[in-house]
Amino acid sequence: MTATEHVTEQEGRTIYRRPLLLSKPTTYCPGCGHGIVHRLLAEVLEELGLGAKTILVGSVGCSVFAYDFLALDSVESPHGRAAAVATGVKRYRPDKVVLTYQGDGDLAAIGTAEIVHAAARGERFTVIFVNNGIYGMTGGQMAPTTLAGQRTTSSPRGRDVETTGYPLPVTEMLSLLPGVQYAARASVGDPVLVGKAKQSIKRAFEIQLEGKGFSIVEVLSTCPVGWGLTPSESMERLRDTVMTAYPVGTFVDRPRGIAPKLPQPGSPTRSITEGF
Amino acid sequence: MTVVHQRAAARPQIVASPPRAGGAAGPLPDRVLMKGNEAIAEAAVAAGCDAYFGYPITPQAELLEWMARRMPEEGRVFVQAESELAAINMALGASAAGARVLVSSSSPGISLMAEAMSYMAGSRLPVVLVNVMRGGPGLGSIGAAQGDYLQATKGHGHGDYKVPVLAPSSIAEAIDLVRDAFILAERYRTPVILLADGILGQAMEPVAPAFRRLDKSTPDWILDGAAGRAPRVLKSLHLQPEALEEHDLALQAVYEQIAANEQRWAAEQLDDAEVVLVAYGTAARVARTAVERARADGIRAGLFRPITLWPFPAHPLRDAAKGARAVLAVEMSAGQMVEDVRLAIEGAVPVFHHGRMGGMVPSPDGVVAAMRRALAAGEEAGR
Repeated sequence: MTATEHVTEQEGRTIYRRPLLLSKPTTYCPGCGHGIVHRLLAEVLEELGLGAKTILVGSVGCSVFAYDFLALDSVESPHGRAAAVATGVKRYRPDKVVLTYQGDGDLAAIGTAEIVHAAARGERFTVIFVNNGIYGMTGGQMAPTTLAGQRTTSSPRGRDVETTGYPLPVTEMLSLLPGVQYAARASVGDPVLVGKAKQSIKRAFEIQLEGKGFSIVEVLSTCPVGWGLTPSESMERLRDTVMTAYPVGTFVDRPRGIAPKLPQPGSPTRSITEGF
Repeated sequence: MTVVHQRAAARPQIVASPPRAGGAAGPLPDRVLMKGNEAIAEAAVAAGCDAYFGYPITPQAELLEWMARRMPEEGRVFVQAESELAAINMALGASAAGARVLVSSSSPGISLMAEAMSYMAGSRLPVVLVNVMRGGPGLGSIGAAQGDYLQATKGHGHGDYKVPVLAPSSIAEAIDLVRDAFILAERYRTPVILLADGILGQAMEPVAPAFRRLDKSTPDWILDGAAGRAPRVLKSLHLQPEALEEHDLALQAVYEQIAANEQRWAAEQLDDAEVVLVAYGTAARVARTAVERARADGIRAGLFRPITLWPFPAHPLRDAAKGARAVLAVEMSAGQMVEDVRLAIEGAVPVFHHGRMGGMVPSPDGVVAAMRRALAAGEEAGR
């Protein structure tokens, strides 16, 4: 076989292509993680063959633009209410695949009641929770997820936990709820982590397809502009600092027997007061 | 593949009626006694409401309870939400997916729903919202009031939008208006408010158990997964000012259509009226009694009862008041609808207001006395 023949043989073979569901290039800031998460989402939905039966529930923040780049039926939510909106969609159309795409300002501050109760009810949709620890769209203000000591435009001297509290580990909190079938934290910090994030997202949708309950994947991401760092510095900070405060991993995968060992309401096999 | 649930049987489920011969399968009586909240709920079920979302609040809790029983019986969606905020946003989601949706609450809960009403108006999503009004402001009281008129007709959420507001003054009328509210919501792709009050919600009245069904078509804008077509996006965000203005102009065009086509009112004894009462809802019931008493006393009184509060039947009211010496708005508020009455009358006839607040209801004699004062003052103003 000559070299020329070899090249000819390779022509027409797709090595990599943009997922069809990713309708156009994103316009996020350089170094922002949203574009990566969008691609993972598009790849997973495409691989599972779900593109034409999925309804995306948008949110408020930079995440609101998801419907501009993902070729999915989409509905916008008021700030923080995506989990309630998704409840309405999924309850009426349980035959469809429903996801929310929310940032940390949306989900972990103004939307805490909605996300907690959707999880408590075990609503059968998937939450993609992109956490960059800051309000990116409005100019980099402190969020409940902002790390202790982190400087933002509304914590100019660094987040003081004495007056503004501690970072909120929402995914760990939700992991305690029996209605949550899958909860994981991933990161876009390097290519290996991105690969793992994709696996988590895929697993979350598989759980939804099984119809058992609530699934959430928190994806730790970056905001170079809000953080005042270059794109590559942001990725370093994500790996070295953010992932230390927010460990990645699978917290709950009930079908596979992964869950915090807690007394479950309704099935008190052992009294929690035993030994007192 | 669009119809998800079976439509309702036309036969309503009625628990408040006396036991009938033949049990549940026996013939329905001509009239049954029903509580307003329950009648509204059952009217929605009969009209083919696909999904209901609510949160407990007095004086509308029976509506939620009725739906908690009936919607699962019909294989439809019922969720008791964690808040009114969540309830209306669940409605937003279900509506986007093509459901015929009812939500209900009372005044403080309606304030919480205001945000999503704005989003639903901006995203052109139909929903019927029942407000069983109670006294305010704040937590107020659980008594019947009409202090949410301005909220319902002029505001609730932010931005340039309006929603049709239907105001029943009897339980029988509420049953009809629930169905009409769904028709308007779907015809114009808009939220619609059914504005009742604590008395209409709590009282029991005899009604004909002939609740009507409502056919449903599949609109071309709902979300069901973009199979074989371009994806649809239901949103209110239009970042380019030119684009938002275009969107807002389209909304305004819809409101103009509604204002032109959907005004409703009832005229009672207005032909020779020297004093025209204007009242809606429970206040109109009192006003009707006051008109009878006034006529017995030789005062030629009549009642103009707006049924759509927005669009307010301004020209019909102005026409009805021609030749009158005074117009008197009777409300269970400090004077809210009277602003629309004044705008309608445009100074042609003196306009007065008589109201009670806080859960208090005007008495017929109090209204007659207010009529006499209005006529005297109108006389004064006319000199």
